[in-house]
Parts: sequence; structure tokens; C-alpha cells
Amino acid sequence: MTARGPAFRLLPRIDDDNEFFWTSGADGHLRFLRCGHCRSYVHPPAPRCPECLSEEVIPEVVSGRATVVAHTVNVHGWIPGSDPYVIGLVAIDEQESVRLTTNLVDVEPEGIRTGMAVEVVFEENDDVFLPLFRPVDDSDGRGAQ
Amino acid sequence: MSTVAEPPLERRAVISGIGQSAVGRHLGRSDIDLTVEACLAAVADAGLTRDDIDGLATYPGMGAGPPGFGGPSSPEVQDALRLRLNWHDGGGEGPGQMRAVIAACLAVAAGLARHVLVYRTVSESTAQGSGGRQGIGGSGGGSGGAPRFSGFLQWTLPFGAVSAVNWLALVAERRMHEFDLTREQLGQIAVNGRRNAGANPKAIYRDPLSLDDYLAARMISTPLCLFDCDAPCDGSTALVVSHRDYAPDAPHPACHVNAVGTALRGRASWDQFDDPTTMAARDAAASMWERTDLRPTDVDVAQLYDGFSILAMVWLEALGFCGRGESGSFVEGGTAISREGLLPLNTAGGQLSGGRLHGFGLIHEACVQLRGQGGERQVYRRGDALPEVAAVSNGGGPIAGTLLLTRGAG
Repeated sequence: MTARGPAFRLLPRIDDDNEFFWTSGADGHLRFLRCGHCRSYVHPPAPRCPECLSEEVIPEVVSGRATVVAHTVNVHGWIPGSDPYVIGLVAIDEQESVRLTTNLVDVEPEGIRTGMAVEVVFEENDDVFLPLFRPVDDSDGRGAQ
Repeated sequence: MSTVAEPPLERRAVISGIGQSAVGRHLGRSDIDLTVEACLAAVADAGLTRDDIDGLATYPGMGAGPPGFGGPSSPEVQDALRLRLNWHDGGGEGPGQMRAVIAACLAVAAGLARHVLVYRTVSESTAQGSGGRQGIGGSGGGSGGAPRFSGFLQWTLPFGAVSAVNWLALVAERRMHEFDLTREQLGQIAVNGRRNAGANPKAIYRDPLSLDDYLAARMISTPLCLFDCDAPCDGSTALVVSHRDYAPDAPHPACHVNAVGTALRGRASWDQFDDPTTMAARDAAASMWERTDLRPTDVDVAQLYDGFSILAMVWLEALGFCGRGESGSFVEGGTAISREGLLPLNTAGGQLSGGRLHGFGLIHEACVQLRGQGGERQVYRRGDALPEVAAVSNGGGPIAGTLLLTRGAG
């Protein structure tokens, strides 16, 4: 059985720019900055939209659904006490170019396929809500791709 | 292809001298001691004295990285050798480790200096002591006073993606999915490196390594195993970059700089780069070929960055030695990249077996091969001819730089 992540979490330092992202899971929703002008999602947070340079970038709720781009099972004991865990690279459904490095959970490595649909599930650590991803329930007919 | 009207400025530079300190595990010597050894060797090799050196450059400069990573700063080396400098530079942002060499070439071309001493020193083996390699976030922490992370690391460390091996394992896995890369193919980079290391007295690991040994090694981060990771070591490598006018007076054949590759056109990020199977290698290599009429088929020997095996695969494609996604079949069986093959690769063992001299060992070996000083590991082309063109790359992920060297003037 693989773990949900390392034995302990090295956490981000919260600041004015990233607070919305790392606390977004408090209400169960994932958010990214989005440009009000060209409608691009912006990640990591930036002062202007890097595409059109508009200053009108504000956090917006996304579906929390994503696609697995790649994954790896970390075995080495970088963080003492850790069991093997799955690191995933996922692209959000709203915009393929926006990716998150994350942990893939509630799935064994053998069950992970590149291109599979996943959805966000948050893990609360102190003041941070880490977005992890698990397979989408296939019952809506969307999971298998 | 764009042919430039005037030759690129870097073509005014040559590598006139090379030097290397002792290289090994747990040497227990200081950074500055190793550096002075390498620098004095390079200066003498160039037929110069320290009084001739008027430029100094290093990567990554003062205080960079974990213990043993950065080497001494350029002010320390200037003072240790009492150099009288017209130009000096040290830093970590730019086209990989190659930035120091490229900066030296441009300084020479601009007339800011005539002979630039360039060095890169590591003592990661001694710094690690008896413990293993640490992740980028370190292993400290826990609750209470645990450190918090900003910048890029905030996006990876919380998920236990704490080492470049994790980030590159994602590249390797994606390549397995997209290009049907196999572990047997990837393993050829490690096996080839070890075979060549056997002919390099300074290499860290010289015992034979079979593909079966590779496949049986313990996993670090799937699909990358222990032998996909380079070997931390202690050692310093130094070069003298001179104006090409000096080449006829140099005691050894000067290695002419034909072109450098410096571009970063995609996003400067490990996980946001547009094509996760290649990243900045694609851009740096493309920009190098835009600056020369030489083609990948002209290259006689390649020293490609193998901090992790998968990076050498990425570089083979980025530099055009095979098509996109074809590096697996290119290295299959190991023949094409052997010393007798189509493209001899990492002839001193690379970093996987030669030791993690962090890019500069590869530059050094390119010069050794062009000069015909490889001894048992010397590469010959078309019968008994020495190689004429060498390609070198440094870096991985969003960090990449390249160098094309020729034995004669281009």
C-alpha cells in the first residue's frame, strides 16, 4: 500500500500572493488566478496576466478536475519515516498548460494511467490545504480515457 | 536554418588550457585547495603563468546551494592566486553551468580580458559525510519550527517531490508513455558510462556494470534507479579561455569555440514547461544550431549532461542526433553511443560513473578528445583520424547550455 505522501509535509510559506491558493481548499474548492481580459488561467500567481499583461487577475474557482500527465513512485527515504508515495503531475481540465505537482491518492501505482481523469481532494496541514488528486469516480462515464 | 552574416562573437574564443584536480570520494580536502590545484594545472597547460591571467569566472558563485555544491567564490580564488583581473564573474543564473564558460568567451571577444580562468569545484562527497544524498528541502523539520518554502520549491516540496530525481522521474515516465522508452534502453546510458569510466583512471566507479546489474538496482523514484543518478564526488575542473589569436602559441591544440547555445524560450519551470519531455534543452540546442553551419552529423564526439541518465536521452534528441522520441531506439544495444559507434558519448564515464563534476568534467573531456589525449579511451573517426567536432551540453529541466568545439578554427 502506498502512502498519501511523505511522512511529514514541508509546507509553503504563505504570503499575499499565494494565500488564496494554499487556503482555497477551506471551502472544498480549488482556485487559480484568471485573467479578466483574455480569460487565461495564471499559475503560479503573477502580478499581471503573462499572456496579455492585463492587471485584472483574480482568483476563480475551477472544477478541481485534472488529467494525469506523468507520475512516479518515490521510494528513496528523503524524508525519514516515509513509505513509498506517488508524485503526480496533473494538468487542470480548464487549461491544459496549467499543471500541478501533487500526490495521487486512493489509487495503487498499478492503477494509474497517463491521461486518466482525477479530481482534487484537500489535505489540511496547519494553515495550508494541500490539493491532492484521486481518480474520478467512473460512474459518470468520464473517468476512463 | 539562419546563416548569420558575421561570425558569432564566441568564435573569437578558444580553450587554450585545461586542468583538473584529484577527483574522488571523500577526499577530505578543501574546495579552495582543489580549485587551486586545477587552476594552476590549467594555466600551465595553456603555456601561461598566473601573471597572464586577466579574467576569472565560475559557476554558481558565492554561497550557492547546499554544502559542497558551490565551490569557492571568485574573490576567494582571486585572492588565493593574487590574480590581477580586468574582468571577473560568478553566478548561477543563466544557461546552466555553461554560463561561466560563455561569459568568458564573450569577455574575451569583447576585449575585456585576454586569458580567462574558468573553474567549477564540488566537494559534495566530503560534505555528505557517511550519509547519503539529501533532497533539496533537506531532511530536517517536522512540526513546530519546521522551515517554510517560497518560490518554486513551494510547489513541489509539500508533495515530497524534494529532489531533481523526482522531477526527472516524471520526465522519464512521460517518455515511457509517449515514446515507448524502456528501462533497458535508458540503462544503456549508465552501462555506456561505466564502460568508458573503466578507461578513465580518475573515474569514481570503474567496475563493470551490466544491463542486468542496472535492471536489478534499487529504485529511487520510478522508473529511475540508483544507477540513473550521478555520483557525488570531490574535484575541481578549470579551463583557460583565451582570444583565438593566442591559439598558435598554445602548447596544445586549442579547442575553438564554434557556437554556444543559450536560449530559454519556454517557461522557466520544472513543472510548467510546455513540453515536459524535453524542457530547456530543446531551446538551448536549437539556438546553438542557429549560430553555425555545422550540423549534428558533423559531430564526432558528444559529452552530454547526465546528472541523471534521462537527461542524456533528452539531450540526444534536443541536439538533433536522433529524432524527437527516438533516443530510446538510438541507444538500444549501446553500439551507436560506444567509443567505436556512430556518436561516442560521455567518453570519460560521464557523471554517472566519472563523478558529478557538474558539467565541467564533460567540457574537459571534450577538449581531451579533440586534442587526442584520451589514451585508452581516445576516440578515432574514419580510421585513425582524431575527432574534429565535439558537442557538450550542461543542465536539465529549465536549465540548459551547450557548447560546440572544433579542433581547428571554424
